Amino acid sequence: MKKSEDILYPEQYELYESIQKPVTRRNFFRLVGGGVGVALTVSDVLASTLTSDLKNRESENFDDSTIAAWIHINEAGRIVVYTGKVEVGQNIRTSLTQIVAEELRVSVNDIDMIMGDTSLVPYDRGTFGSLTTPNMSPILRKAAASLREVLVELAASQWKVSASSLRAEGGKVMQASSRKSVTYQQLAQGKKILKPINDKAALTPPEKWKIAGQSVQKINGRDFITGKHQYTCDMVLPGMMYGKILRAPAYGASLVSADTQKAKAITGVTVVQDGDFIGVVSNDSQSAERALWEIRAEWKTTPQPSREVIFNYLKERASSARTESSKGDVDKVFAASKEVLMQTFHVNYIAHAPLEPRAAVAQWEGDKLTVWIGTQRPFGVQEELERHFRMSKENVRVIMPDTGSGYGGKHTGETAIEAARLSKAVGKPVKVVWTREEEFKWAYFRPAGVIDAKSVVDATGNVTAWEFHNYNSGAAGIQIPYEIENQKIQFHPVDSPLRQGSYRALAATANVFARECQMNDMAVSLNIDPVAFRIKHLKDDRLIKVLETTANTFGWTKPKQKGRGYGIACGFEKGGYTALAVEVEVAASGAVNVLRIVSAFECGKIINPRHLRSQVIGCILQGLGGALFEMVDFKDGKMINPSFANYRVPRFSDIPPIEIILIDRPDIRSTGAGEAPIVGIAPAIRNAIYDASGKKLNNLPLLANRGRI
Amino acid sequence: MNIRVNGKNYSIEVSGSTSLLVALREHLGLTGSKYGCGEGVCGACTVLIGGVPARSCITPVGSAQNKEIMTIEGLEQNGKLHRVQEVLLEADPFQCAYCASGMVMSAVALLERNSSPSKEEIKDAMHGNVCRCCTYPDIVEAIAKAANA
Repeated sequence: MKKSEDILYPEQYELYESIQKPVTRRNFFRLVGGGVGVALTVSDVLASTLTSDLKNRESENFDDSTIAAWIHINEAGRIVVYTGKVEVGQNIRTSLTQIVAEELRVSVNDIDMIMGDTSLVPYDRGTFGSLTTPNMSPILRKAAASLREVLVELAASQWKVSASSLRAEGGKVMQASSRKSVTYQQLAQGKKILKPINDKAALTPPEKWKIAGQSVQKINGRDFITGKHQYTCDMVLPGMMYGKILRAPAYGASLVSADTQKAKAITGVTVVQDGDFIGVVSNDSQSAERALWEIRAEWKTTPQPSREVIFNYLKERASSARTESSKGDVDKVFAASKEVLMQTFHVNYIAHAPLEPRAAVAQWEGDKLTVWIGTQRPFGVQEELERHFRMSKENVRVIMPDTGSGYGGKHTGETAIEAARLSKAVGKPVKVVWTREEEFKWAYFRPAGVIDAKSVVDATGNVTAWEFHNYNSGAAGIQIPYEIENQKIQFHPVDSPLRQGSYRALAATANVFARECQMNDMAVSLNIDPVAFRIKHLKDDRLIKVLETTANTFGWTKPKQKGRGYGIACGFEKGGYTALAVEVEVAASGAVNVLRIVSAFECGKIINPRHLRSQVIGCILQGLGGALFEMVDFKDGKMINPSFANYRVPRFSDIPPIEIILIDRPDIRSTGAGEAPIVGIAPAIRNAIYDASGKKLNNLPLLANRGRI
Repeated sequence: MNIRVNGKNYSIEVSGSTSLLVALREHLGLTGSKYGCGEGVCGACTVLIGGVPARSCITPVGSAQNKEIMTIEGLEQNGKLHRVQEVLLEADPFQCAYCASGMVMSAVALLERNSSPSKEEIKDAMHGNVCRCCTYPDIVEAIAKAANA
């Protein structure tokens, strides 16, 4: 367990327990056969995140326990890339493939990407934090460029010519003057060469990119629209059985007794009991379900809070504050000011609700365990299994098929442990797929939170003091991009009564909401344009650029019809710059209609415009749900709306016209895009409703009151 | 239980109350149709029964006897994709794509009964299909393009 002050984002509660040193000693060629490879070591990775000045090592006999990523050309000529990052719909299988194809001068079809198989890929903490593009992509780019140079050198020594007279293209090394050429496959034949990364390897500059930077189609896209792709929940192993788990009625309940006789009497059903854990296994999912239904269990419940009291509950139980930022003297400014804007914001728990619920298939072979699971952290799941079964990590293999989404909600391995326990008990492979109700009730939520904001703006429109307290949501996005002389910013951790954890953009969905509402209201109070007001307090050119682009494209200064309002918000999260404007209509009845959305986004050089657009649209529209209506309702520690019929998510008919402007910056290193674009939608809609109606809605979701303000 | 799926007859040993989704996935190995909610409100399990879109997770297999059931696996004809699939492949809107099978089947059914739907009609017809990645706008565009193809 890490101490809370050591953790940058404490709202990633689910990650607390398993931050361990990687153990990946293995002999790669034993696993994959011969060929030519280039590997990066852990120290390269650390160095590349800290400094670009890497040392080119002399020795090729490096310890393969330190390998962090690598690319290999096997004797069949396939280029195989090994990475611990996983695909949950961000389309990184495509973008990483593009980067490698670009540097190796091959087609994307020549590349296989092995992702998230703990026996084959180097250790990786997990796929979260929008880190694949800024961290893994440059590593693979450098590895691919290094491998290209190794291949050129191999050809040069074979032909006894200078490497500078050769070039790589179309999967071959060739010499223009002699018209000689040799394929990568021929070069890899009969070899066992593993070279370290060459930090000096020449990278292809973005302006010369032919594959990277293009809208290359989703890798294996055809498999997804023909239903051929096998998600974990689709897998079938020979002899595989289906498992179901008995659940407690609410948080904090413990099992008193269980009568399993009727369940055991069903043909083919095995009941597995181990303390509070009761599972059933059968040859088909229906009899497993029926058996579960036949178990009569008595539970002892404990007092648990309900949604009505949650915000007081959180604030009352807040522990010591963690100071995120402090400068100047806010108290002095507040004491001397006549007008202080004080507002409280409430943010409800919401659910990720990935369309593919948690699923795992477990198989024991002797003391070796293999688990297939949809997770963002295969190595984290490996550690959970290692701990649970007190077995050596070398005997646990976790494989991650491309999965039906996560949004930060699949960092844990519940189904892996459940399936493995049941499989061990029955001696056959077992699949566990959570129902929608289980996914809602027993996964983890985006934290609820209370935010107290207090600020002063002087008569000239300068914000002079900013005090900001967040209770429970977390610290992400709590720092302000605005230049304000006196600041006091604190995060107050709370033991959440519901299980909570990472969500897309973490607590920035709460903190940016409160911040952008507070900024808006100060501007409005002085009758200053909210765009100009923000720009006046900003120094970051990239943030100003997305804000101006959004405002201009939107037509921010154009007059609006009666009953309509404009709202805008901006932010910088996880390397991405976003601004978003909306127009809303508020009817006399209080019904709110979002009429249109305009958003500019910038995350450096764009690797795949088509897929970046999907990320940005997806973020914004998923954020629309949390802004308007998504809310976990709970009573006495029990979620009471655990279904898609009762927990409303955005649908086709909720979607207004949306215009996205992607700003490409070839001069800036690419960063991630899966999180930043979500933060602007809620405050922009709230500010637009205020503009249209004069009503300040400071609670998320905004339209919890049956869709009306 | 005898059912006809994608032009083939099958005999399976299940009770008539078994959901069609379970029958397809567990008994016929047709896993293209997905479980998403179990209550017929997310559309991931959509199949066509007699050309009409149905939520297979709440359809008893017994009620689909003697009818033509079409799943995502039956859409491709002699290696050629249905035009809805072609257009979606080209438009490439999906992220995790877990919703894709259901989206395709709902869109195929829509175009069968209305060959040139407006965008509003597309949104209405697809209302029961959830894409949790929220890539809706470009799915609408793609279906509109398929209609005009």
